[in-house]
Formats: sequence, structure tokens, C-alpha cells
Amino acid sequence: MSSFKNIFDTYNWEDTLQSIFSKTESDVLRALGHSKRDLEDFKALISPAAKPYLEEMAQLSKQLTKKRFGNTMQMYAPMYLSNECQNICTYCGFSMTNKIPRRTLTDKEILKEVAYLKDKGYDHILLVTGEANKTVGVDYIENALKLIRSQFSNITIEVQPLHQDEYEKLIDSGLFAVLVYQETYHREEYKKHHPKGKKSNFDFRLDTPDRLGKAGIHKIGLGALFGLEDWRADSFFTALHLKYLQKTYWKTKYSISFPRLRPHSGGLDPKVEMTDPDLVQLICAFRLLDEDVELSMSTRESEVFRNNIVNLGVTSISAESKTNPGGYAVAPESLEQFEISDERSTEAVTEMLKDQGLEVVWKDWSNNWE
Amino acid sequence: MNDTLQIADKTFCSRLFTGTGKFSSSALMKSALLASESELITVALKRVDVQDKQDDLLTHLDHPRINLLPNTSGVRNAKEAVFAAQLSREALETNWIKLEIHPDPKYLLPDPIETLKAAEELVKLGFVVMPYIHADPVLCKRLEEVGTQCVMPLGAPIGSNKGLKTQDFLEIIIDQSNVPVIVDAGIGAPSHAAYAMELGAHAVLVNTAIAVSQNPTAMAIAFKLAVEAGRMAYNAKLAPIVHKKAEASSPLTSFLN
Repeated sequence: MSSFKNIFDTYNWEDTLQSIFSKTESDVLRALGHSKRDLEDFKALISPAAKPYLEEMAQLSKQLTKKRFGNTMQMYAPMYLSNECQNICTYCGFSMTNKIPRRTLTDKEILKEVAYLKDKGYDHILLVTGEANKTVGVDYIENALKLIRSQFSNITIEVQPLHQDEYEKLIDSGLFAVLVYQETYHREEYKKHHPKGKKSNFDFRLDTPDRLGKAGIHKIGLGALFGLEDWRADSFFTALHLKYLQKTYWKTKYSISFPRLRPHSGGLDPKVEMTDPDLVQLICAFRLLDEDVELSMSTRESEVFRNNIVNLGVTSISAESKTNPGGYAVAPESLEQFEISDERSTEAVTEMLKDQGLEVVWKDWSNNWE
Repeated sequence: MNDTLQIADKTFCSRLFTGTGKFSSSALMKSALLASESELITVALKRVDVQDKQDDLLTHLDHPRINLLPNTSGVRNAKEAVFAAQLSREALETNWIKLEIHPDPKYLLPDPIETLKAAEELVKLGFVVMPYIHADPVLCKRLEEVGTQCVMPLGAPIGSNKGLKTQDFLEIIIDQSNVPVIVDAGIGAPSHAAYAMELGAHAVLVNTAIAVSQNPTAMAIAFKLAVEAGRMAYNAKLAPIVHKKAEASSPLTSFLN
């Protein structure tokens, strides 16, 4: 059976890091000049040697994105269903030991949140939960999908890693995509940040996209949480993962997200800082590596940053997000998973996009034929 | 440098595969094919008398370096292809088969639907299947999924010597494939072969361009060198064509300052 772990295990973190940091200006120039770029080019483009070429990378990234995606921006909204969680994650507001009120939305509450988001125009939705298998297990998620599938053209989930047959069941119930971030590809650091709960199983998480691919999912979202370890090495492994998956599960689409650690209840300071120019460099490097991959930007980032990044390679964004269950309409005052940064309304964000000459796309899928 | 090509249980030092058709004599064929240093040589089953131990074609190919690759040229559908492959396995004692199904006798264009069907069945029967197909990236992935050991997309119509007319599709196939990609058909000049190798093809199969040349032996050597050069260039990574600075009429990153 195909498994990314077999490839991943042939790599060493320190060697990878050293290889990235040893890239030179001529490696960067070569990478910029190629019409097709490989993972060695990607290393050059995320290396410190590429910093003086950021503007050039941005121009190329913009060109490639426009060529493939046109002047459009896909809108989506996250909807938190539950903050119950049996994992300890050092960086997360929902971590089991955090003394916060826990809530799992009922059917009625889910529909109330849905009504709010539909009213705003959203047709692509991302359902998010913590990991609490007894109360928010596969049956709960399946119920939620069935409850809302008639109201959304496109449903994505970001929940605990599941087994292949469970994904198959959810796909039958209207699931389109799954986001599953490795958080960090540094095995030992991963262990430190996930000391307890099912999430502490690094390998099970690492092979989740394989199980999704085998289940025949339409789209898989990858990413690392920047701040836990060196962002360059984590991004290289994300790119390696992406390239492996694209070749193996070739009927599936892929997206990359770029979450940076944000303040939250019981917060963790980033071990490795990722600056704004670093993040721009990374987004452009991903676009230069892959013209087709979707690049997603959440409201974790600031208004100014988002206003500028929408023309540099990003293809989907959220707006007005709430990271607490019931945050839109049921219990707006409850505690969030993390603080968002861009607090503008959906209307304000879509106006900004239109001002920049981008068509705001609400619907780009149909679940009628499945 | 150890840069061999592995297909199923065999390791090849040469990435030039060749064929046996259209030579003016078996002796000339042997001279050219030995000069090419090719290790995998395809033979049309229809040209061989499998009952005859002294078959002229086969005796000329009896050399320790040469692995025979029987092909099913002449069959028109999956059923005939499977039958031909079984016959070939029995007579030639090899489970390798170059799957060619072309119902049309004029252009010899491969039938993708019958090829996929036959490939699936032959893999189940234990064959090492090398399918000759259009440069169709989706078909290549489907064949990989049913277990073919490589894919053999065409560069141009067979025997046309036109080169890599399907380049854009070949590039997608090379980019996506988890099995070796062997460009088969259409390669008319050593420069075409070198170019295919530079693009990342794992090997090429050349027949007409060698066999019909005025000097097949010299041409075979030229192809050998071209394939080696192209592969070496691919490994060395080509320099960018020209590094043109992107136009920065309105800076995109000034907000970071």
C-alpha cells in the first residue's frame, strides 16, 4: 500500500535544513529561470538567498496565478461545531487542560449558524471540531453533513484524522474536502507539542492524506503550523508531501494553507518566528513550484497583509471568521480557539477584492450529481 | 555514474530501445542493433515463425546483451492481444510484452480502450506489460493503476519521423508518472531522442529512423550517443533559457517595508 511515511522516513530534518540554508544566489536565479520547478528549486526559493528576489518572485507568482485562476477569489467560511477536545496541544485554545466552557452545537444551533452564513452569501463552508470521539465522532460529523448538505455546494471538514472507511462514509454524506495539517514534520518537536491524546500519534496523522486519497476525496488541504519549528524545513516537507500525493492520488485536488501561531487562551510563543516577508516568500515559492495548487489565506493574518497578498498567489480566503462554536449567531461571546486578526465584515472584504479587480466567487462546485 | 533504468526484474544500462522492422537485411539489422548497444529490442510476433528454431530474425538477435520484447502488432482488440501475448510467452519464454493494439492498418494508431482492457488482463496473468499508447496523460495514469510496468506514449504517428509533436502532453505524462515513460514512435532523428531525454523521458524506442537510414549502423551509434547526451543533460539540469527580470511596473511587496 502506498504511504508517504516510506518516503518521509528517508529524509533527515537537519540535513534538509542544511541543504535549504546552503542554497546560493545562483541556485535562486536558476530556480527563477526554470519554467518548471522541482523541489530543489523550491528549497532555493524559500532559502535566505532568495530574499533579495522577493519582488521578482511576487511578480512571477502573480502572473502564474492569473494565468491559471484568472482574476477570481474563492470565498469560504469556517464554522466551528465543537470545542470539546481530548488532546493536549501546547498551542491550541481548545487544548484539554484549558479551563474553558465547552460546547458542541446541537442540530438547531448548527442551523442557526448556517442561516447566518447563508445570509452573508457563503456557499463553501469549512466545518471545524476538536477531537472528542465520544461526543463529536464520525456519527456526529455525518449528521452535521446531512443536516447542511442541501444548503452548501461545497463542504470541507477540519477534524481529527479518521480511517479510510469513515472518510468513505462521510464522502457519501456530502463531504468534498478535508484539511489535515501536520502541524510540524519534526517528529520529536511534534511529540513535545502533542503530549497526550490521539493526536500524539505522528505517523497516523502523517498518513491521513493517504487514507483520504484512497477513499477518493475530491480535495485535500495540507499545511504546517508556523512557529513550532523552522518554517523552511516544515514547508519543504509540506511540498514533498504535496508532490507525492499529486502523483499518487491524481484525481484529487490539493490546497495549501499557511497558518502562523496566533495568540490564544493559554498561549504559546512561537519558537521560530516567521515574519511577513517570510510568509510572502513562502506563498510565492509554492506558486512557483506548482501553478495549479490552491493557496488559502485565513483571517489569522492582518487586514493590510491580506489586502496585499490577494494578488500574489492566494486563491481562496475567508472573512469575518469566528473560531468558537456558535460564534456567529448562537453564542458570539464564547471563547475563541485563537484570535483572528482581520476582523472586517464579509462585505468589507468582498469590496476590497472587487476594488482590486477580483471577481468574488461564492459557488464553484455542485453536489447535485453525487 | 550509476544511472541505470529498472523495469520489473531487469536493469538496463542503455536507455535506447530499438525495433527490428524495415531493415534491408537481417545482417544489417544485427550490425545496427549491436552498434546501438540497445538491450531491449522489440520483435513483432507476426514476423516470427515460433515453430522454427532457426527463424532468421530470432537467430540474428541471439546475443547475451539483447533482451527480446515481443510485440502484439497486428492485433485489433484486447482479446486478440491477450491471445498473442500468451502465445508469445510460450514460444519465446518471456513474460514481457509490448502491447500494441491498432485496429486501423493505415496510421497504426493505438486503441486506448482495448489497450487498457488488455493491459489489465495481462497484468493479472503475470505479464510485464509495456503499452504503446497515445500521449494521453489520463490513460497513462489508468494504465499505471492497473499495473503496467511503464507507459509508452507516442511522440508522433509511428514511422512518421516527425519528432515530439506531442511534447506538451509528454511533459505532463513525465511529470505525473510513477512508472518509467518511454517515448515510442515518431522519433526521426537523434536530436529528437536527445530532446525527449532532456525532457525527462526514461527511455526512447527507435526503429524506423535507424532502419531506413542510408547507413543504419552509423545512425544507430548516433542515436546511442544522443540518448546518452540527453540523459546526461537531464541529470545535470538544464540552465534556464534566459533569466528575464519580471516587469515591476507597480511593486507588489512594498507594503512589507
